[in-house]
Amino acid sequence: MIRVENLTKRYGDSPPVVDDLSMEVAAGEICAVVGTSGSGKTTLLRMINRLVEPSAGRVLIAGENTRGLRGHELRRRIGYVIQGHGLFPHWSVAQNIGTVPRLLGWKPAEIKARVDELLGLFGMEPAAFRDRRPAELSGGQQQRVGVARALAARPDLLLMDEPFGALDPVIRGRAQDELAAVQARLGTTIMLVTHDMEEAVRLGHRIAVMDGGRLLQCASPAEMMARPATPFVEALVGGAERPFRLLSLERVEAAVEAGEADGPPIDAEASLRDALSACLWSGRDALPVEREGRRIGRVTLAALRHRAAPGGAGRAA
Amino acid sequence: MRLLGAAWRIALLLGLGVFLARPDLFAPIFAPLTRFDAPAIYDGTSLLSLTLNHLALTFAATLAASALALGLAVLVTRPAGAEFLPFSRALANAGQTFPPVAVLALTVPLLGFGAAPTFLALFLYGLLPVFENALAGLSGVSPGVSEAARGSGMTGLQRLRLVELPLAAPVILAGIRLSAIVSLGTATVGSTVAAKTLGEVVIAGLLSGNTAFVLQGGLIVAALAILINDAFLWVEGRLRARLAS
Repeated sequence: MIRVENLTKRYGDSPPVVDDLSMEVAAGEICAVVGTSGSGKTTLLRMINRLVEPSAGRVLIAGENTRGLRGHELRRRIGYVIQGHGLFPHWSVAQNIGTVPRLLGWKPAEIKARVDELLGLFGMEPAAFRDRRPAELSGGQQQRVGVARALAARPDLLLMDEPFGALDPVIRGRAQDELAAVQARLGTTIMLVTHDMEEAVRLGHRIAVMDGGRLLQCASPAEMMARPATPFVEALVGGAERPFRLLSLERVEAAVEAGEADGPPIDAEASLRDALSACLWSGRDALPVEREGRRIGRVTLAALRHRAAPGGAGRAA
Repeated sequence: MRLLGAAWRIALLLGLGVFLARPDLFAPIFAPLTRFDAPAIYDGTSLLSLTLNHLALTFAATLAASALALGLAVLVTRPAGAEFLPFSRALANAGQTFPPVAVLALTVPLLGFGAAPTFLALFLYGLLPVFENALAGLSGVSPGVSEAARGSGMTGLQRLRLVELPLAAPVILAGIRLSAIVSLGTATVGSTVAAKTLGEVVIAGLLSGNTAFVLQGGLIVAALAILINDAFLWVEGRLRARLAS
């Protein structure tokens, strides 16, 4: 879907902000770009929609070189979400969401239908929210409108720069789940920049780690934890926390085995990390597993221990 | 409280209207201020036509100054025009540095007597408030909003028209208000070079020692200033409310 080839950005004589970076994101994938501040991750993102012009290298979207389009025309085809949402304060929610369709010259009726569809998709009653101003929304609602605005013209590619950075932890978790659900439904390709490894593991099908303008590793979360390419990647994926992060990648249903266990059950949709936590907290060696209220087996501490180690069963590591 | 404020402004407007239409009705009030049986109401030119002339001159000068100052502010807040900032600032400041009286004195030999030198003086004097306010308003648009506007694929002109100008509008309007009020007051000075403004009434009063004339001229200008200022404030308030709610 999107291919970055030898992309470089340098300002004057100082060392390049992004240095000869090549990577690829497949259609329908979420790629989380992680790095410390100053690693060049935001510049990478802004070169893709040409808010920053590259010094060298090229970007191909669906095989098409982005240099062939005018900057603003390219940007109308790519969704863009920034930290703190950047909603236009003088426009209603509907006008904000309709920004790009209006620039593209859609008919008013089409825009209205699209706005209502997106509000519905994000669980906001169109009649109640359409005419409100951004200032009348909660932080979580503003963030959702920001994402809805980016998706309005049905872009194939969505760029997100710390989209959840301004939200408190509870709302952030909910917003992440919602984004994952919306992405799974629409199949939009997403490049998401974050400095939060938890977020990258939670959302990314693949994680790209950047440092000093270079790409250190681009791999699935499981592979990155099992085989970090450099000590920096290892530190970033959280050394001592790795077993727990590995467990958080999988659902309980992946480790279910036949058998009985005592005590309160755990849902098959919960993460293995939650299962481990429940085992430790209640002092049990096994938990009964339920799906939609029906017992389907158990998950054991031994199985969890096995899966928390690199190369654990059932993982393409 | 707001009702009271609106009521007294309507009263002021009505009072001014009646006074301009039928100044003779007010002669008994001004008569005690005259001496030696001088006329109580200025009769050189009709007060109504002087007022309309005064307003037209103020309006034209404010409009021209606002257009140029806003244009300069837009120019210097674009990446391509940033280098003109010091020049534009110097120009706007220079306009404010010369006292209008000095401008009048210096331009009469070039432009002759009448409205032209007065227009020039008001125009130059009105540049700075609009320029500085427009500059503050346009550069005060939050970085997140500008970034979102660019990221959505707006062209430079669309960003200006759809986002920056609407968001800066209340601040820009405050600058135009300052410029208009200053012009309105300063236009009276134009009568020293024979511009047909309300300054004529004041000057006639000063020359003939007729306090009634001085007072009439002054009162009309003061009432106009209050009404225009309030009208601007009302529009600014509406714009701000639209942005805030």
